Amino acid sequence: MAPPANRRSGHSRRAQYGNFVSYIVAVALTLVAGVILLVSTGNHTAFAGVRTAASDATAPAARVSAGTRTTGLTFWESLKGYFTAGRDRARLEREVAEARVKLAENAALAAENQRLKDLLGLHEPDSKPVVTAHLIASTSSSTRRFATLGAGSNQGVAVGMPVRSPLGLVGRVLEVGSSTARVLLITDGESVVPVRRATDGVAAFAEGLSNGTLRIRLTNLGINPLKVGDAFVTSGAGGLYRPGVAIAVVVRLLPDGAIARPLSDPGATEYVVVDPVWNPAAENAAAPAAAPAPAKPVGG
Amino acid sequence: MRPPIPRLLREVGKRQINRAPSPTLARITPWIVVMLGSLAPLLPLIASAPLVPPLGFLFLLGWMLLRPGIFPAWAGFPLGLFDDLFSGQPLGSSALLWSIAVLLLEIVEFRVPWRNFIQNWAIAAGLVSAHILLSALFAHQAGGAASFGPLVPQLILAILLVPLVGRIVAMFDRFRLLPIRNIG
Repeated sequence: MAPPANRRSGHSRRAQYGNFVSYIVAVALTLVAGVILLVSTGNHTAFAGVRTAASDATAPAARVSAGTRTTGLTFWESLKGYFTAGRDRARLEREVAEARVKLAENAALAAENQRLKDLLGLHEPDSKPVVTAHLIASTSSSTRRFATLGAGSNQGVAVGMPVRSPLGLVGRVLEVGSSTARVLLITDGESVVPVRRATDGVAAFAEGLSNGTLRIRLTNLGINPLKVGDAFVTSGAGGLYRPGVAIAVVVRLLPDGAIARPLSDPGATEYVVVDPVWNPAAENAAAPAAAPAPAKPVGG
Repeated sequence: MRPPIPRLLREVGKRQINRAPSPTLARITPWIVVMLGSLAPLLPLIASAPLVPPLGFLFLLGWMLLRPGIFPAWAGFPLGLFDDLFSGQPLGSSALLWSIAVLLLEIVEFRVPWRNFIQNWAIAAGLVSAHILLSALFAHQAGGAASFGPLVPQLILAILLVPLVGRIVAMFDRFRLLPIRNIG
């Protein structure tokens, strides 16, 4: 389409100056944007306040939207359920019977574990969840993988706390607003979680690949012992994540590790649980903005 | 027999001698639409991979291609900054890219004022691809992953969405110019 005639300033001095000034302003603002980008690239926490204020402000709308997401999921699932009800029921009954036996065995193991720990004089830190909340939004178009949690500092959420769903680890809290918090998902390119194989404890790191999968990097080089279908849990190294939270299952092998699919799809989880930081000594490391406190010995 | 349509509803959109579009509505609709596009991360969708195209940017391109000059030359900065608040990108990334895109479109408008549908689509596709790739680069500079593989589905989706976004923008353009103000 040709430009409308009224865009040509013609002989009007006022219109000519107006046009000229708007271009000057545009170029100046472009430079300002470049500076802002440089500052925020260098310092992740530079504009955290503005962002958390914005997500606090839009939280009500996002909550409604998260509600429809859950309803939408249940709608399709209940529709699907009509067709597979009989088969599913038979399978579930069998699985419940098996699970009851497993549960009893596990209870016995836990009791024994506790007894042995008491013998050794080990004390587990209190791991009561901080809060249970919705994931209300996520960055769906950026390559960074953040989600917004519907709970903030008012509910006791603090930077560094791990976030998990009933199925497994989801991520950890990165920035906290008053009623929302920003969660770094485990699939983000910057997320690294120390993990071990659930069966025998082969140590590795799970790095996010930004495409919904994780890359398992073994700490031990040599022959790759992994197999497709291996489950990984957090190892607790570094102190941020409680050990033994399920993370991912290997789907493809690489020469020096594997590609794994996270167990908890953040889109399908209705509620997530925010846990306290497992080892309080790691809390200082999780909040780099805080003033460097003198290192306190952790009572054991 | 047809049920009677209320008089008010019948007259909406009808051009009449004593009616004109409301200047407020005509001015703010484009801004609102682009900002709503920027709020796409609030959609009921928690994605574990980038898939949703940058809707705010697509709407901005849609408006500028449909109605050249509807945004002032500096509009990319405020709109981009608003987008940055929600997109998860490092702050300033969209503000910079959108400002440059608006200036580039002004140059295109100046050089090639007569364009057809395919040319408009090509321009929008080029700009949106550059936007997605450079955004990923900026995110990587701030500590994200380096691979461009996960971007391919998003790129294809964004390019295919350009005409659809154009239709939506045209719809809002009709809404914007509804003659709802009584004169005289």
